[in-house]
Amino acid sequence: MNRLTTVGLVIVVILVLVALLAPWIATHDVGATNLSLRYLPPSSQYYFGTDSTGRDIFSRVVFGARISLKVGIVVVAVSAITGTLLGALAGYYGGWIDRIVSGYVFNVFLAFPGLLLAIAMVAFLGAGLNKLIFALCIIGWVGYARLIRGQVLKVREYDFVQAAMALGASDGRILFIHILPNAIQPLIVQASLGMAGAVLSEAALSFLGLGVPPPAPSWGVMIEEARDLSTLQAAPHALIFPGLAIALTVLAFNFIGDGLREYLDPRQRTR
Amino acid sequence: MRSFFKHKFFPILRRLAIFLLVVWTVVSLVTLLIELVPGDPAVSVLGEQATPEQFAQFRERHGLDRPPFFFSFPRDPSGERHFHWYGLENRYTEYWIALVHGDMGHSFRTDRPVIDLIKERYAATIELALAALLIAVLIAIPLGVVAGKNKGTWIDNLASVVALVGISLPGFVIGPLLVYVFAVKLDWLPPSGRFDWSYLILPAVTLGAALSAILTRMVRSSVIEELNEDYVRTARAKGLSETKVVYKHVLKNGLIPVVTVLGLQLGVLLAGAIITEKIFGWPGLGLLLVEDGIGKRDYRVVQGCVLVISITYIVANMLTDMVYRWLDPRIRVS
Repeated sequence: MNRLTTVGLVIVVILVLVALLAPWIATHDVGATNLSLRYLPPSSQYYFGTDSTGRDIFSRVVFGARISLKVGIVVVAVSAITGTLLGALAGYYGGWIDRIVSGYVFNVFLAFPGLLLAIAMVAFLGAGLNKLIFALCIIGWVGYARLIRGQVLKVREYDFVQAAMALGASDGRILFIHILPNAIQPLIVQASLGMAGAVLSEAALSFLGLGVPPPAPSWGVMIEEARDLSTLQAAPHALIFPGLAIALTVLAFNFIGDGLREYLDPRQRTR
Repeated sequence: MRSFFKHKFFPILRRLAIFLLVVWTVVSLVTLLIELVPGDPAVSVLGEQATPEQFAQFRERHGLDRPPFFFSFPRDPSGERHFHWYGLENRYTEYWIALVHGDMGHSFRTDRPVIDLIKERYAATIELALAALLIAVLIAIPLGVVAGKNKGTWIDNLASVVALVGISLPGFVIGPLLVYVFAVKLDWLPPSGRFDWSYLILPAVTLGAALSAILTRMVRSSVIEELNEDYVRTARAKGLSETKVVYKHVLKNGLIPVVTVLGLQLGVLLAGAIITEKIFGWPGLGLLLVEDGIGKRDYRVVQGCVLVISITYIVANMLTDMVYRWLDPRIRVS
């Protein structure tokens, strides 16, 4: 395990703890506005200062971790499971299922900017956390399906799988007991990078006003609120802290993904 | 039939077929997206207070009084669902027919043709994307070459860290930060708008930052790989200067994978431009989509923007594929 992966893991563990313990870590009410306390710089009372309506930025960043992680976990779990099932079926059975999934769906989805599709869907459905999660799942599963399909095509040729087939094991048994456990490793890498992508997409859509509606402490919403010129002038920290939170989270998941990839693929280790 | 698949034009025909399939899917998706709107689009545009005549007129004007698709399963008075066939009198066919004639319908708000709105904004988005591409290349090639040549030294590590930061910082964080430093604090560049060239710099850097980071990593690993090739030893053996070896021989071969990524990323830039344009009030397709389309619930404008951005993306990808084939004869043969 290399150093950057460890750094990534430490950041993620801290992030998860912060999200779980948010009500105890936060020092102020995330929604409490007080115009006489606006634009305060970071201090021992307001660790990250206050924003344009006098809300405590530290507490909002802390609660924002919950939104980011929730979106990331749900999106990755749903897309990974859907993608794995469809990819495995396509790779195992081949034939017309495979022709539709790999010939049509992969080509179409990959020839299309995912973020744009998510923006379009949420634009028509209306903003909201669940709709955002739904849109990200719709665009997310394809990558997993393609990965697993390729893996299944490879593993099904292995001798022990051929032996199981010759012994007359059922399709379900061969696929779930013999093939998938041996095909799933790269999925972990994909899932880690997928967490980074989902956190970024949630922040981007919330920034555009298409995610969680404004009073909620989403990091994307906080950046959107902090970027008008008068706030930038008076309180650049209102932009810097949520920005730092997004960057660190994305960086951490990318570190883990890269580290796992190297670990699982020893050829890359001796660079 | 066998010889057809072996023919040298088969890969091109195949690409073309996929291209048409993708375009068909995108248009269909965009046409049907409007059915996702919860409730009645006419109510959400005109408001609850509008008169029934206004609603009727609005629906007629924008074709919303026609059925959405060829068929549906409406409930009859007893509450049971039955299959009903509408024939060609439906919104889906009408959108297609209009589109073939270069018509994307009229804005729900201003009643102007959507195609005109898009024409006014298209150049600005392309200008921004190309400027971002240029900046990314200008940063990535020298940085990547220096890092690759000095593999393992502190220069290499520094370049890698810069690249990682660039990848992890999204545009909506970099953009406002740049505004803070260069517009608010230093007052060197304007924070938003599109007038002379100085307005282009901050948006282009914002949009190009992530790409330059990705490219730097690619150029670096490409250079490292190519430096081990035999032709480099030959070039050095015949006494070429190191600069000449790197910039004339190594880069020429090392840039082939970079070109592919560049083309594929042009599409990503188009999607990223939506956010960048919002940050800098850059009057392109993205701002049209976000402010006039989504912000004012002008679904016709949203449809048009999504369609045009997607088609541009798909065309860019296809052109990249062709350039790649042309650049690398090994792919052309296989």
